[in-house]
Amino acid sequence: MTQTELRPKADPARPSRFSRAVNSDLFHSFRSNPVAVVSAIVVMVLILAAVFAPLVAPHDPFNPATLNLMNGFTPPGEANAFTGDFFVLGTDDQGRDVFSTILYGMRISLFVGFSAVLFAMVLGVILGLIAGYVGGWVETIIMRIADIQLTFPAILVAMLIFGIAKGITPPAYRDQMAIWVLIVAIGLSDWVQFARVVRGATLVEKNREYVQAAKIAGRSAFSIMLRHILPNVMNSVLVIATISLALAIIAEATLSFLGVGAPPTKPSLGTLISIGQGFMFSGEWWILIFPALTLLALALSINLLGDWLRDALNPKLR
Amino acid sequence: MKTTGILAAALLASTALSASAETVRWARAGDSLTLDPHAQNEGPTHTLAHQIYEPLIIRDYDGAFEPALATEWGPKADDPNVWVFKLREGVTFHDGSAFTAEDVVFSFERAKTPDSDMKELLTSITEIRAVDDYTVEFVTDGPNPILANNVTNLFIMDKTWTEANDATKVQDYEGGETTFAAANTNGTGPFVLESREPDVKTVLTQNPDYWGMDTFPMEVTEVVYTPIQNAATRVAALLSGEVDFIQDVPVQDLGRVGDTEGLSVKSTEQNRTIFFGLNLGADDLENDDVDGANPLADAKVRKAMNMALNRDAIKQVVMRGQSVPAGMIAPPFVNGWTEEMDGSVSTDVEAAKALMEEAGYGDGFSIQLDCPNDRYINDEAICQAAVGMFAQIGITVNLDSKPKAQHFPLIANGTTDFFMLGWGVPTYDSEYVFNFLVHTKGDERGSWNATGFSDAGIDEKIVSLASETDLDARNATIADIWSTVQEETLYLPIHHQVLNWGMSDMVGTAVDPSDSPKFKYFTLN
Repeated sequence: MTQTELRPKADPARPSRFSRAVNSDLFHSFRSNPVAVVSAIVVMVLILAAVFAPLVAPHDPFNPATLNLMNGFTPPGEANAFTGDFFVLGTDDQGRDVFSTILYGMRISLFVGFSAVLFAMVLGVILGLIAGYVGGWVETIIMRIADIQLTFPAILVAMLIFGIAKGITPPAYRDQMAIWVLIVAIGLSDWVQFARVVRGATLVEKNREYVQAAKIAGRSAFSIMLRHILPNVMNSVLVIATISLALAIIAEATLSFLGVGAPPTKPSLGTLISIGQGFMFSGEWWILIFPALTLLALALSINLLGDWLRDALNPKLR
Repeated sequence: MKTTGILAAALLASTALSASAETVRWARAGDSLTLDPHAQNEGPTHTLAHQIYEPLIIRDYDGAFEPALATEWGPKADDPNVWVFKLREGVTFHDGSAFTAEDVVFSFERAKTPDSDMKELLTSITEIRAVDDYTVEFVTDGPNPILANNVTNLFIMDKTWTEANDATKVQDYEGGETTFAAANTNGTGPFVLESREPDVKTVLTQNPDYWGMDTFPMEVTEVVYTPIQNAATRVAALLSGEVDFIQDVPVQDLGRVGDTEGLSVKSTEQNRTIFFGLNLGADDLENDDVDGANPLADAKVRKAMNMALNRDAIKQVVMRGQSVPAGMIAPPFVNGWTEEMDGSVSTDVEAAKALMEEAGYGDGFSIQLDCPNDRYINDEAICQAAVGMFAQIGITVNLDSKPKAQHFPLIANGTTDFFMLGWGVPTYDSEYVFNFLVHTKGDERGSWNATGFSDAGIDEKIVSLASETDLDARNATIADIWSTVQEETLYLPIHHQVLNWGMSDMVGTAVDPSDSPKFKYFTLN
């Protein structure tokens, strides 16, 4: 007897995957929640704009050879007094088109956000499963590390990791490394939440009958964790991941704003806001406002989506 | 009842005003690097030291000599190789001990030791002797016509105090050493160090026993110095009244500060030139993509880079008109400056590309630029703009900007390929520039020459300046050295800085072209 034989045969009367998705409870809850729909549209538009930035953006702000310093400080919707060039959202102090820079900057912000959350999720889920399932001193060690880390603000942990990494990286590679270091720094400061939730859920699940049955059937601990417990804790993990994504994007912006993240020659949204902040008093408002609004829209919509997902997936709140 | 309330409030307000009116809260982008007065020859470091310590002579805001701890000075009548300084009598250090010739001899000898960053200014002095308690003689190897120019930032420490606290050795700042004198002070100056947290806050209080209490306004009784690196935060602090005086108003905010009721901006051309330095002496650069060769060793590459810089665009956009584009690394204040050399560079990207091609770098190369971000006006923005300009001739520049406390050791240790530096000339003479930036890096001279440039003939000429008494011959040698510096393109000049001091109407001061406010001159309204 093999596993495959136990699975139901494909049934022609069974609805397709797509129609099953459309008719699911989850999708119904999504359609009946206008906030979720609007948030999802905003997130999709922003992600698509970022992914296709090289096609959408009129300039490549990361190629310094294409910049003309004389275009600096062009107001939005006006032609530059010296060069006659026109920019929808104006230019910054280096003559970079703000619109293009936002798109390219958002790529960095999103890339760092997604990768950091993925990193935190993988690390947190693995450690949480092990802690919950194995128990004993392994659990004590993992969860005490998590508790200790929780007493430090996440941003402080990220700055610490960033500082150490910058110190040991040869200067020539620092610009390229900055992005990866950001991912690791934010990811490492964020795994605790995943680990705690997964451990909690695992403690509950491991005493359920299906787990006992799998144990008796001779399944290895690894297999039980991966095939039986994990699918049952995935709902909570997804909710945390969505909310963590918004937090990770903000953490990246904060680090870059403080000057320890993405370099000014390859700015992310946070770097752009930090640059724009210098021109707050002198009337060049567009350098600050547009990247800040973009960050707000991105973080807020992801957060609202996360909120909806939590409500929708949590039967107790239904 | 109501009237008494108002009266009381008014009384309270007036006492509060007069109490706070004597405190000047002062901010600038960066902090003093160390309190050891001989460890770093750096503007903000000297500026703080000038409030606490004193040299023999200082310069007033017009650049003229003014007696400080010395009252009279000049070459000895019968021996041009000896300078005589008459010292001020009745001066005491902050700890109460008397100031005598012993302290002067001690301080100069201390400043001549290898760890001192002031030694280049004293190379011509072979012996310092105390004739009596209030007379000091400096013996030079050959007549030195400009000895007085070299001692205006040479601070006098108390011999007994320094020895008692085991601080005779100058702090090795670049080596990361910490010493007693780097954190404590005992000067003769108008202000006493009350407390200091580096990079956070330094508080100075008036020295009631200061010898110049009746000579200078001395209206300020307390100075609170807070470095604020972020330009917007610094301006916000002035606009909100959190500070009374900022030394570096960001160029984009000049209008805003000037138009604000109760605030004003005062400007002057500064005695300081900003430039890039190139490591042309290394066999191979640390952080470039050319293996086994140093692209900067080729004069054609250096010339091409000089031509790629669009100084007018930097002035127009980055500096908003607040700079004077430069063609040489000394400002117009300095003996040896010529209009011809200063106007000698122009932007020509096509010619620069052709030169790169000729040098065999038609496809370009990549290199790292080390840039400070809290020292010069818009330093990081200038570096960033330059990245774009060098990219146009195929040079990929990786920008690494950091606070000056990490940037300057790279230059002093010679471990940078390509760097930004600004140089002011307190002696108003080219010899100072050559001693620090052109002479081969060695024990006595060349401590800030990170270019690796070394030419025995030039070194000899630089050394000869110290003892050449025929001023025409001396100026001819200066012109000769400059022509080599220009021809070899050791440095890529950017501009001469323009100073903008922002202050509340309470503070009265002129602007010092060397950007070194002295609070004993301040008047308060």
